[in-house]
Amino acid sequence: MSGQTVVPGAQIQQLKGAKSTAAQATGGRRERPWKRAGIHAILIVATVIAVFPVIRVLGVALRPGDRLLDPEFELIPKGATLDAFHHVLFETPLVQWLFNSLLITVGTSVIGVIIAATSAYAFSRYKFPGRGVGLTALLVTQLIPAAMLLVPIYILAVQLDLISTYRGLVVAYSVTSVPFSIWILKGYYDTIPIDLEEAARIDGCSQLEAFWRVLLPLSTPALSIVFLFNFLAAWSEYFAASILVGSREDLLTWTLGLQRFQAQFQTQWADLSAASIIISIPVVALFLFSSKYLISGITLGGVKG
Amino acid sequence: MFDPSAASNAIIDVGATLLIIAAVVGAVEGLLYLVLVRWLKARLAVPIMLLAPAVLGLLALNLYPLLWELNVSFTKMGLRNFFDPGFLGLTAKRNIFVGLENYVNVFTQPILQEAGFFQLFGQTVIWTATNVILHVTFGMGLALCLNRPLRGRGLYRALIILPWAIPAFISLQIWRTEYNQQFGAVNQLLGLIGIAPIPWLSDSFWNFVAMILANVWLGVPFMMVIILGGLQSISAEYYEAAAMDGASSWQAFRSITLPLLRPVLTPAIILGTVWTFNNINVSFFINQNELETSDILVTGLFRAAFQYSRYGFAAAFAFVIFAMLLVFTVFYIRRTRALRGAYE
Repeated sequence: MSGQTVVPGAQIQQLKGAKSTAAQATGGRRERPWKRAGIHAILIVATVIAVFPVIRVLGVALRPGDRLLDPEFELIPKGATLDAFHHVLFETPLVQWLFNSLLITVGTSVIGVIIAATSAYAFSRYKFPGRGVGLTALLVTQLIPAAMLLVPIYILAVQLDLISTYRGLVVAYSVTSVPFSIWILKGYYDTIPIDLEEAARIDGCSQLEAFWRVLLPLSTPALSIVFLFNFLAAWSEYFAASILVGSREDLLTWTLGLQRFQAQFQTQWADLSAASIIISIPVVALFLFSSKYLISGITLGGVKG
Repeated sequence: MFDPSAASNAIIDVGATLLIIAAVVGAVEGLLYLVLVRWLKARLAVPIMLLAPAVLGLLALNLYPLLWELNVSFTKMGLRNFFDPGFLGLTAKRNIFVGLENYVNVFTQPILQEAGFFQLFGQTVIWTATNVILHVTFGMGLALCLNRPLRGRGLYRALIILPWAIPAFISLQIWRTEYNQQFGAVNQLLGLIGIAPIPWLSDSFWNFVAMILANVWLGVPFMMVIILGGLQSISAEYYEAAAMDGASSWQAFRSITLPLLRPVLTPAIILGTVWTFNNINVSFFINQNELETSDILVTGLFRAAFQYSRYGFAAAFAFVIFAMLLVFTVFYIRRTRALRGAYE
């Protein structure tokens, strides 16, 4: 047997959830038109506030060089040009920085998800001494201020000769999001009935096969969200990158590169804006891609299935 | 400009590290297998093997640094005494042990040139409370709006999530630009309704307000998504029953939505509080290391360590911050019994 033939419990819940929302909050009544209009108005205002800075940046990026400090609000400025995009892509090391960041981020996110997925399985499916303490310890790691870890990690990296290479950074990023990921995944595994794995074992799967072929495929929403969190954390990290690889020009990640960019060209707003848009594209794409899991994948708290 | 040789160096560097991680994990697992499965035939061999990589990583990157900081917090390690502190500074090449002096100094002496502990603490409390309250309020409002049949629901949701999707590093630079007194959009918009330009970046009060506004913009989408997830798990039958009993929508919200949302909301509030309390990004990038007087505790900590290089003092300061957060979290979790389901 395989995981695909089983009707996934979590997904049934999702379907139920989706259907019930339709009638929810209204109690089945039709809403009055003015109420409907009011809700649209609230949502439109929120959307404008959320999108406004993005539109501004796009406008600035498209401006021709002589009108950078124009205080006008225009969606597409007069004489719009893609010069700034061309400049940052072909005449600055932006592509190099993006390449470095993408390489590190994808590598560490994959490792982080694997580590978290297996540990969460142990927390969800086994009772062992120290389980409660372990879960609490994971929570406590979330309380440590980042600045508290920077000095010791820097000193440790110097002692182990991990400065000015990606080695230290890759290890650090791989572990950073693990505690939070374990909590999310453990919460999600808990909502999937153990009967499914037991059925698979009766059909001759080993325990690890049952995990790999039944539980993991059913946990796609949570796994996607955890990958997204790992990716976001590593992609826009600045402080650790700055102390570990900040001294090597060819190893800069985009956060470090952009910081230099800004120091060098204080007034090149068009270039900075164009770079910002290019940098945001991969994450926004990832967000849109995983948006269908975004709401069902995070199970905070003790929601039981 | 793209330098293929630098790129291949990067690939080799990252690839080698991934291989090393895989090799170390493989070796540890192999060893555990031999010892636990073959030799001891331990009942708990599988969970131990599953947990081993995470435990190793967290010991190296969380526990070790914490112990190191604890050790250094009893010394006067700093730029002038920058050498291996040994055990409590006692076994270093010069005795730099100071006992609890650093911990006393956190409360009695200025932490930065222009700010002391209680100012930073007060600002952190205001910063955290304001942000979390506004995140939850706006997040709840928007989630309630979106949790109903509505034309364009998916589009609204995708666009409102945008502040979460854009890297904070970028959006905070954008906000900083828009806070520019002369050219920034914020003052220009305020000018349209006749408000004089506000010195967002040079006055510590307005800088603090600017930080909060930017962080509210950043944090609402996360709260909205969490609450939306919670709302969708509430069965419509409750609302139908309430409607039949003639309950108003406010009554339904008070006695159905809020109580049933609690298992989701309480952990989200704890997480939000901790993240906001520890959020160094907003203060660091909006302020760009200019005004000490609008700092919060964690930016003060960053300055104490990296700008003033008082490592011993910064370590003690870090433990004070960590302890406060720990006490708050334990108290809040006990009070609300927020995580009881997770430990079953």
